Amino acid sequence: MAYSDKVLDHYENPRNVGKMDDKDINVGTGMVGAPACGDVMRLQIRVNDQGVIEDAKFKTYGCGSAIASSSLLTEWVKGRSLEEATLIRNKDIAEELGLPPVKIHCSVLAEDAIKAAIEDVKNKRKAQQ
Amino acid sequence: MQYPIYLDYSATSPVDPRVAQKMSECLTSEANFGNPASRSHMFGWKAEEAVETARRQVADLINCDPREIVWTSGATEADNLAIKGAAHFYSKQGKHIITSKIEHKAVLDSCRQLEREGFEVTYLDPAESGIITPEQVAAAIRPDTILVSLMHVNNEIGVINDIEAIGKITREKNVIFHVDAAQSTGKIDIDLDKMPVDLMSLTAHKVYGPKGIGALFVRRKPRVRIEPQMHGGGHERGMRSGTLATHQIVGMGEAYRIAKAEMHEENARILALRDRLLDGLKDIEEVYVNGDLAHRVAGNLNISFNFVEGESLMMALRDLAVSSGSACTSASLEPSYVLRAIGLNDELAHSSLRISLGRFTQESEIDYAIGKIHEAVAKLRELSPLWDMFKDGVDLNQVKWAAH
Repeated sequence: MAYSDKVLDHYENPRNVGKMDDKDINVGTGMVGAPACGDVMRLQIRVNDQGVIEDAKFKTYGCGSAIASSSLLTEWVKGRSLEEATLIRNKDIAEELGLPPVKIHCSVLAEDAIKAAIEDVKNKRKAQQ
Repeated sequence: MQYPIYLDYSATSPVDPRVAQKMSECLTSEANFGNPASRSHMFGWKAEEAVETARRQVADLINCDPREIVWTSGATEADNLAIKGAAHFYSKQGKHIITSKIEHKAVLDSCRQLEREGFEVTYLDPAESGIITPEQVAAAIRPDTILVSLMHVNNEIGVINDIEAIGKITREKNVIFHVDAAQSTGKIDIDLDKMPVDLMSLTAHKVYGPKGIGALFVRRKPRVRIEPQMHGGGHERGMRSGTLATHQIVGMGEAYRIAKAEMHEENARILALRDRLLDGLKDIEEVYVNGDLAHRVAGNLNISFNFVEGESLMMALRDLAVSSGSACTSASLEPSYVLRAIGLNDELAHSSLRISLGRFTQESEIDYAIGKIHEAVAKLRELSPLWDMFKDGVDLNQVKWAAH
């Protein structure tokens, strides 16, 4: 399969690889996918008091398109409010990366990951109140 | 060194230059282009002579009578002809067929078709080694069993079945035995004088011959009958019609001649390279060889790198032409059915590489591959949340995954 230049770029130079402390109240973690399906994404966001995503980190087990989808996502969410970040759609990721139809599920997974991370940080904050 | 380095000889091999030379002598008007079936002139006679020489060369490698060789378009057609042909011919004696879960799709899909026609098929489970034992076959044979179809060497994991021992059982029980030998000719010795095999599928392109040509061995003593699947001019004693492709056949003959002359020396050299490759990789943490290592053809290494996904691994190894058992590399969404059938969990199946070595593989290429694989596995594990969890002591089997 031929990969687009953008997928190759993210794969060769993944942005924001890493791990945050998931116990931190300001950190939201979204872990989606399953090893059995061949992809697992862990996306983490650090959210400030104004509800803006200050930093994002990811680690992904999966094909090049899955790695690129999550890497791109970390770039996109940084600086956005939680509300803005929920508006990111898998379609946008797939379009930006030029994913072929068989790889659309990678972008779906990325959308699931950011939603799960946002949900996580909101739940944590709610629990503390 | 030329990149990418070809390490996918189990998929296909390049044509040996000696073979290409012989083939080119059967194409143009100055050359041997005639129809081997033309009986009325010199062009036909010359072509027929070339075809019969090739038939002897193929028969010589597997030690059978040249009259037992039926040309086909490849091993897929040979599998179809053998399985459907024998099942249809012997259907009055019974409608039960035995095969295994790790056969090539050409065998499995032929069996599926026969199931739709009312035959019953038993699919044997291989052991973790990937091997089907004679005992398993003996236990599965019923009074209405007419055919057993098993591969000699598995295409993904390279393990070798004991065809001679299985053949003794099928012969004793009067059951037709078909063997797909696409991956074994030229890799291990085949002696059909000793092996009680009734039908054997052969191909040229895994043995440095051209694609698009193969053969089916059909035993004469005791005589085995098959119904033709391709009807027409009655070529190949009525078993497979269609004008013989002289250049392809001559190529297969020459490829098999070279294999017979050189295979022992060649396989010793390839085995040393495979051992070097495995030595270079086994110090990586969480590495598993898939299938039995001792009963395996020299050129095959199927290996899983836990917590690394196969397609991304292949992407990192773009300088190496290898194949993966991961679903992402194929049209299907399931990982390799062969690796699943020998008991690998999905993670390990997704993390597998098949590296296959051959005639033109060099030591320097193996050393380069070892270095590249080390780098790629390290890079991808750095990216892998599963590796993180493993390192943190999390039992991944206890995690509740959201399957999608």
